[in-house]
Amino acid sequence: MLEIKDLKAEIEGKKILNGINLVVKPGEVHAIMGPNGAGKSTLSAVLAGRADYAVTGGEVSFNGKDLLEMSPEDRAREGVFLAFQYPVEIPGVSTTNFLKTAINEKRKYLGLEPMEATAFLKFMREKMELMEMDKALTSRSLNEGFSGGEKKRNEVFQMAMLEPKLTIMDETDSGLDIDALRLVSAGVNKLKDGERSFVVITHYQRLLDYIVPDFVHVLYKGRIVKSGDASLAKELEAKGYDWIKAEVEQEANA
Amino acid sequence: MAEEVDIIDQVVGQEYKYGFTTNIEMETAPKGLTEDTIRFISSKKTEPEWMLEYRLKAFKYWQGLTAPSWQNFSYPAVDYQDIIYYAAPKEKITLDSLDQVDPELLKTFEKLGISLSEQKRLTGVAVDAVFDSVSIATTFKDQLKEKGIIFCSMSEAVHEHPDLVKKYLSSVVPYTDNFFAALNAAVFSDGSFVYIPKGVRCPMELSTYFRINAENTGQFERTLIIADEGSYVSYLEGCTAPMRDENQLHAAVVELVALEKAEIKYSTVQNWYPGDKNGKGGIYNFVTKRGICLGDYAKISWTQVETGSAITWKYPSCILKGDYSVGEFFSVAVTNNMQQADTGTKMIHIGKNTKSRIVSKGISAGKSHNTYRGLVKVNKKADKARNHTQCDSMLIGDRSGAHTFPYIEINNKSAMVEHEASTSKIGEDQIFYCNQRGIGTEEAIGLIVNGFCREVLNQLPMEFAVEAQKLLAVSLEGSVG
Repeated sequence: MLEIKDLKAEIEGKKILNGINLVVKPGEVHAIMGPNGAGKSTLSAVLAGRADYAVTGGEVSFNGKDLLEMSPEDRAREGVFLAFQYPVEIPGVSTTNFLKTAINEKRKYLGLEPMEATAFLKFMREKMELMEMDKALTSRSLNEGFSGGEKKRNEVFQMAMLEPKLTIMDETDSGLDIDALRLVSAGVNKLKDGERSFVVITHYQRLLDYIVPDFVHVLYKGRIVKSGDASLAKELEAKGYDWIKAEVEQEANA
Repeated sequence: MAEEVDIIDQVVGQEYKYGFTTNIEMETAPKGLTEDTIRFISSKKTEPEWMLEYRLKAFKYWQGLTAPSWQNFSYPAVDYQDIIYYAAPKEKITLDSLDQVDPELLKTFEKLGISLSEQKRLTGVAVDAVFDSVSIATTFKDQLKEKGIIFCSMSEAVHEHPDLVKKYLSSVVPYTDNFFAALNAAVFSDGSFVYIPKGVRCPMELSTYFRINAENTGQFERTLIIADEGSYVSYLEGCTAPMRDENQLHAAVVELVALEKAEIKYSTVQNWYPGDKNGKGGIYNFVTKRGICLGDYAKISWTQVETGSAITWKYPSCILKGDYSVGEFFSVAVTNNMQQADTGTKMIHIGKNTKSRIVSKGISAGKSHNTYRGLVKVNKKADKARNHTQCDSMLIGDRSGAHTFPYIEINNKSAMVEHEASTSKIGEDQIFYCNQRGIGTEEAIGLIVNGFCREVLNQLPMEFAVEAQKLLAVSLEGSVG
């Protein structure tokens, strides 16, 4: 599904990603962990197509297509979804209206007729029930005045509506209390269907208690320096990142 | 940044959809403005003597005035002797039947989406179509007449309803009010006249569509709406003009009179030609609009969506004379490229317990400048007057400007006046967020801007709200990278 080869990227001349290699197959959950400044959020921004970052090398293919060649909106329409660390507020635009626009733009791209209002509303009701969303949230302006937890839940709800093939979650757990974390994780788990893939970016292990990864990768200085299964996350939780840093330095010196 | 500039440049290439010209033989007054011009206009309309006298008085007064210069924009001085003050299609128009209207004219309005013919009329909306200086046709007149409602051209009203015209014309905006009001009183050509009798709720939207076509011509229409006690009317005006290299002047006067417990809702969707990307051509839209709540519990509500014109300069206002009367002003003003707007309102509280509300949304893109200027005045005897003003500006790109000049004059201690203002920029973050959900940049701007204006757009009659939303999106197409 997603194949990243030797991906390099920088912002304002500062090198952030120094050759990332990662293969994500359908149905897999990959966790990307790492200390602050390792390049975690840059990776998600580059995959989603944020213009501030310059890709200086490498390739990314998504279902056989060159992802880096596509505009951000086309990546989304192809099925890449980014759950934002800081969801943006859009005053005066309801979540309902926003999602209706998004879904119909995607359908247009795929050569489908726009969804009719009644069909859309029915679809949305189903997803709201599934995600246990508060009705009031969808008629309020998008993310405006939402609490941190509400914003993150709204991200997961949007994911449910847009039915992406690949979801990248950028530190979705940051700023969440334990109850909100549970709700968000439960939402994600409901969307796992053996086909959809997830790349979960996080600083802490606790999210991975709820969304159990198939693989855990440690990102450090713009490279994946260690990969393993879910137990690697536990080890990181217990020992911190210093031993990984030490290992990397040692290798570099050897 | 480079990308942003590119896209702003693309906007510039945006075609104005209504820029076509109708080729039709016209009868025009000679260029320039003298007493003879006024006599010419008056005789063309076979006006009674009292109307001519009124015009001449206004003209004499105007001659002693100089154009105001306090506005927050600049424009080259207008040569008032270089304008044609009257232009009408040559064919004799009988107002009774559409059969006698030049098909070319019907086609013109058809192209603008306004069908005058029986079969294709917009249901629920009666239209008065004004082409340059004359009214072409008014639809649904008979149905309205059954309820005692008068909806006709101003020229017709002068003949058919002289008592009402004499009583109310100039009663809200006297010709001594300002330079452009004096000019309009001297040379006004046509416009709409509405009278809603006591206790009648007008069953359909009334609408006037103004079209400037002729070259070197100014349009000076005059609209008068009177809502008698306990009546209700919703009125909408729309306007477009061909693309021409020279600037054209549009100096209209609109007067609204609401008697006791009457309500007038006046909506404008203004889309005059805005000029090209370098600011060449376009309409100067210098208009005086004012309503008076004469009776207690009367209400006047202005809603405007201003997307066109090279310069928009107007302040639809309310004089709240009756106790418990209410004035509202909802405005969206969009400027792009080299457009300039200096618009807002005046709320004059005279009666007790009067309330006013102002919601202004200014959007500036390109190199344009957008100014909100508003006055809230509470007179000595206006006990417990209340006003709430909300004034929001949005900037697109980094070469546009937004300005706010609120004036507040309070002469009564029991008044409660609140003013809120904000300025925001369409952020790259917002656009990227939309992009990431599959929404392209153009659509994203449309969505964000419409969200920003939602409070105002909600005020428009249903039939026009959708059109206005599209218009907003079109006039900002491509304005951000």
